[in-house]
Amino acid sequence: MTATEMKERLVGRALKRREDPKLITGHGNYLDDIKLPGMLHIALVRSPYAHAKIVSIDASKALAMPGVVAVFTGKDMLDINPMPAAWQAAGVKNYPVPPRALAVDKVALVGDPVAMVVAENRYIARDAADAVEVEYEPLPAVVDARKAVEPGAPQIHEAAPNNIVFEWECGNKAAADAAIASAEVVVKEEIINQRLIPTPMETRGSIARYDAATGEWTVWMTSQAPHVHRLLLTAFVFGVPETKLRCIAPNVGGGFGQKIFCYNDMAFTMWAARKLGRPVKFVEDRSENYKYSTHGRDHITEAELAGTRDGKITGLRVKTWANIGAYFSTVAAGIPTTLYGRIITGVYKIPAAYVHVTGAYTNTAMVDAYRGAGRPEASYLIERMVDRFAAEIGMDPAEVRRKNFIQPEDFPYDNGLGLLPYDSGNYEPALNKALEIAGYAEFRKQQAELRKQGRYLGIGISSYVEICGIAPSAWMGGQGWGAGLWESANVRVHLTGKVVVTTGSLPHGQGLETTFAQIVADELGVPIDDVEIQWGDTQGTPFGYGTYGSRSLAVGGVAIKRSVDKIKEKARKLAAHLLEANEADIVFENGRAYVRGSPDKAKTIGELAAAAAVAYNLPPGMEPFLDETSYYDPPNCTFPFGTHVSIVEVDPETGHVKLLRYIAVDDCGNQINPMIVEGQIHGGIAQGLAQALYEGAVYNEDGQLLTGTLMDYAVPTAAMVPHIETDHTVTPSPVNPLGVKGAGEAGTIASAQCVMNAIIDALAPFGVKHLQMPATPERIWKAIHGSK
Amino acid sequence: MIPAPFDYYAPNSLAEALTLLQQHGDDAKILAGGHSLLPAMKLRLASPAILIDINKISELRGIKVNGTVEIGALTTWSAIEQDAALAKACPVMAEAVSLIGDIQVRNRGTIGGSLAHADPAADMPAVVLALDAHIHVEGPNGPRTIAATDFFTDMLSTALEPGEIITSITFNSLGPGEGAAYAKFPHPASRYAIVGAAAYVKMENGQVTACRVAITGAGPKAERQPAVEQALIGTDGNADAIAAAAAHAGEGMDMLGDIHASEEYRRAMCKVYTKRALLKAVERAR
Repeated sequence: MTATEMKERLVGRALKRREDPKLITGHGNYLDDIKLPGMLHIALVRSPYAHAKIVSIDASKALAMPGVVAVFTGKDMLDINPMPAAWQAAGVKNYPVPPRALAVDKVALVGDPVAMVVAENRYIARDAADAVEVEYEPLPAVVDARKAVEPGAPQIHEAAPNNIVFEWECGNKAAADAAIASAEVVVKEEIINQRLIPTPMETRGSIARYDAATGEWTVWMTSQAPHVHRLLLTAFVFGVPETKLRCIAPNVGGGFGQKIFCYNDMAFTMWAARKLGRPVKFVEDRSENYKYSTHGRDHITEAELAGTRDGKITGLRVKTWANIGAYFSTVAAGIPTTLYGRIITGVYKIPAAYVHVTGAYTNTAMVDAYRGAGRPEASYLIERMVDRFAAEIGMDPAEVRRKNFIQPEDFPYDNGLGLLPYDSGNYEPALNKALEIAGYAEFRKQQAELRKQGRYLGIGISSYVEICGIAPSAWMGGQGWGAGLWESANVRVHLTGKVVVTTGSLPHGQGLETTFAQIVADELGVPIDDVEIQWGDTQGTPFGYGTYGSRSLAVGGVAIKRSVDKIKEKARKLAAHLLEANEADIVFENGRAYVRGSPDKAKTIGELAAAAAVAYNLPPGMEPFLDETSYYDPPNCTFPFGTHVSIVEVDPETGHVKLLRYIAVDDCGNQINPMIVEGQIHGGIAQGLAQALYEGAVYNEDGQLLTGTLMDYAVPTAAMVPHIETDHTVTPSPVNPLGVKGAGEAGTIASAQCVMNAIIDALAPFGVKHLQMPATPERIWKAIHGSK
Repeated sequence: MIPAPFDYYAPNSLAEALTLLQQHGDDAKILAGGHSLLPAMKLRLASPAILIDINKISELRGIKVNGTVEIGALTTWSAIEQDAALAKACPVMAEAVSLIGDIQVRNRGTIGGSLAHADPAADMPAVVLALDAHIHVEGPNGPRTIAATDFFTDMLSTALEPGEIITSITFNSLGPGEGAAYAKFPHPASRYAIVGAAAYVKMENGQVTACRVAITGAGPKAERQPAVEQALIGTDGNADAIAAAAAHAGEGMDMLGDIHASEEYRRAMCKVYTKRALLKAVERAR
C-alpha cells in the first residue's frame, strides 16, 4: 500500500457486532453469574398493600430458621440517607420524596420492601421471608395522577401536600390562550399515554463486598451509569468519600432506562455487607422487577390545537398530569418537563404553544425514563393532534404536515419552548421518501375501493424530531439536573501498537463496542482487531455519565474521537522529530506519518507508539507514551428526525389489527455502522408498536398491579413484529465533528403514533376520531360497535 | 421464582406412580410437562409437598392411528403436531396444537397434563369435546373411561377421582364427509385462548347430519354448544346457516371478564369464532 492509497474506511460499513458471539452463545458474565466466596443472599419481605402503616414486624420465626443470618428492617438503616433526587423540575419548587433503602413506618406501593432476610442461600432466604410477620394498617390508595391531586385524595407523603411533586410550565400561556380563543378551528382531545414496564431481559440486582481493613466497598450492579451510582451512593446516601466505592457493571442484559437509576438495593446490599462482613447478593425476580423497578410514561393530557381552515397550525395548549409513582426516582422530574414540554411542537412551526405539567405521587411503581423518555410522549401527542386537526378540516394529513414543517432555512431553529436551537433538519424529503415507499397516492385509491367491500385499511404517518446527546452541561444545570452531562474517554497506544480505549459510556446492547472501534481504527489507521474498548468498572475508566438518551455516540463517541485526535497530534510531533522534518510538513494519514510530498518516508503508528513507549529518542519536553484523555461537553443537543408510515387492516368483526407494512425513514446524521443503526431502529419500533397495540401496565383501584407477570403484560415476540422497511436521509449534525445525532430511541419515539394514526384512519368510516392505547381488539371493537 | 420445599419421586411404572399417589394423597401432585404446575409453584400459588414426576413412564407416551386414534397422556404437543398419521386421520389436532403457547411450551407440555389441569383457557378441552373423545384413566380401583363431555366439571376441575392418572385419549379418525376446525383468539401475552372454538361437522348428501361445537377461554370451563349444533343440523351448511347457528354460541354460558376482555366482548367473540370454525369445518367436510 502506498501512502496515497486509502485504507478501506470502516466508518459507514455494516460490520457485524463483535460483542455478540460471546453474549448470544451464553458466555456473557451477568450479575447473577457472579458468585463470591462466602456470599450471602437477600430475599425481601414486600408489602402486599399499596398504602399502609407498618404496625409491627416480627422476625423471630425467620431468625430461628437454620441458615438465616439476619433480618433487617428500615429502622435499622436510618444511618444512611434516602436515594438522591438528582433531576428536579427546573425553576419551580419540587417536593422530592425518594425511597429509602427499606420502607420506614409506612409503605406506599405494593412491593415496597419492609424487611430483608439475609441467609446462606437464596432458597432459605425466600422461605424465611415468608416467615416474617408484618402487621399493617391499610390506608386508602390512589393510582391515577389526576385523581391524586384532587382535594380529598389519600395523602401519600407528609412532605408533599396534595401529592404534588411539582407544577411546571413552558412556552407562552397568553399567546397560546389567544391563539386558541381566536382560531378558526380548535380540536381538543384527552390523550392518555399509558404506563409501560420496560422489561429488560435481565432483571436488576446488586452484589456488595466490604473490606473492613480499608473501609472500601466493591459493588457489582446492573447499571447503565456506574460512575454516577458511585457518586450518588457515596456522597449522598452513605456520606463517605467517593474513593471508598468501586462500582462494576458486568454485562448488562438490556436497560431501556430502567438501569439508569440509583435503587435501594444498591444501598441495602452495601449496608448489609458492611454490617455482616460478608458479601451479599440481591437479584430481583421478574415479579419484583414488575412491581418495584421503574415503569415508564403514564401521562394524562388535555390537548387543544388551533389552526386555520387551510391547514396552518396557530396554537397548542397542553395540560398534563404525569404519574411519578410512590416515590421520586433519580431523574423522574426531568422526563415529563424538559424532555417532554420543551419539544412538544415537534417538527412544526407553531407560533404559540404552552405546556403545563403536574407531577403527582400515586401508590404505584416509580415512573422514570423509559426508552425515549419524554420525547415519545411529546411526539405521540403532537402527531395525534395534527392528524386530528387534518381530519377536522378534511385535509390530507401529509399535506398538513408539509404546510407546517420547520423549513431547512430555519435552522438553527428556536422553538420558543426553552430548548437550545434545533441543530439541523430537512423534514420534507424524509416524509416524501416514506410516502413514496408506501405508495401513498395508490394506497388511498386502494383504500377507498376496499372500503366498499367492507375491508378497513388505514395508513398512518408520524413525522418526528427528538433530542439526543443532551448537553451542554451548563444548560442542563439550568434544567434542574444536578450534575454535568459531558462524556469522557482515554485512548492509549501501547508499545505493541495495540490500542486500548476506556470510556465512561456503558454499552449494554447498543453495539457501541463495534461502533467505537470502527471510529478508532479509521482515525489511527490500525486494524479494528487491534482496538480494545473497555468500560463498566469505575476503577480503570475515566468518569462518565453512562449510556442513555441516545448519547453514547454523539457525546461518548466524540470524546473518543478527540482523544484520538490528540494522539495523532502527538504522533505527528514525534514523527517530525524522528524524520528530521518540520512539524508543519508532517501529514498523518492511514496510520502513517510522513513528510508532505514524500509519502514513502514514513513512520507507522506502530513505530511511533513503540518510539513513544521506549522513550529513547523523544523531542525535547515530550512525555513518553501515546496516552490521551478527553472530556467532551457538546455545545448543543442533536435533533434526529424522520418519518415513519404504517399500513394496517382492521378486522371489523373482532377489532384485530394486522400490520401490513411498516416503513421507517430516519435521519440520525452520519451513520458509523448502518447495520447497527437499523438494528436500533428495529428494536425501537418493536417497543413503540407494542405500546400502540399490546403493552399497558394496569393497576386496580387498590393499587394491585394486574399485569404483574409476562402472562398478562404483552411484550411483543418476533412473531408480533412485522417486516420493517428501513431507509434514511442524511443530514449531518453541525454540533459535533462526527456529524452524528443518535439512533437508540428514534424507533420508539416515532412508532406508537404511526400505528395509532393508521388504526384511526382505518376506522374513519365508523366516525372514530381518537382511541387510547393500547388499541386492543376489544377497544377497537367497542369503537366500531359501541358498547351496550 | 423460588418454590417452597418439596419432595420429588420419579417412578418407573404406572403402578408405582399410582401407589405413590395413594400413599401421599392430597399432598402430592403429578408432574408431567410442568408448564402450569411449575410456574404456579415458583409464584408460590401452589406448594405441593410431593411431586411425582411421571416422565419416566414410557408406556404413557405415543400415538396410535388405526381407524381410531389413541394418544398417550404423556405425549407432548410437538409430538402430536408432527405426527404424520395423525395429521391425516384428524388434521384439526395439529391445527389446534400449533396454536398452543410457543415452540418451547409445545416441546414440554403434554396432552394429559393439560386435560387434567383443565385451565379454562386451554385449547385442548374444546378440541376433545368437539371430537367426542374419551379420556382413559387408571386409579386405585382399576381403569375407567370418561367421556370428554363428562370430564370438565368446573374451573380447574375435572371428573378425575383422587388417586387417578390419565393414561390416554381416544377418538375416531375423521372419514369422508367429516370435517373439523379450531379457531382461536389468543391472548397476546400468555397465548392462552381468550376465546377458542372447536367445531366438527358431518355432511351427508349436502346436509349437515352431525355437528359438535365447543368453546374454551370464554367461561370457567370448556363447554359444548348444543344450541349452535341443533341450529346447524339439517341445514346445507351455507354461510348464512352457519352465521345463524353461530349466533347461539355462548348461550347459557357464564362468561369470564377481565382486563384483557370483558364479558360482553367475550360473548360477542364466541359467536365470531364459532362461525369461523364452522365455516372451515364445513368446507373440509364437503
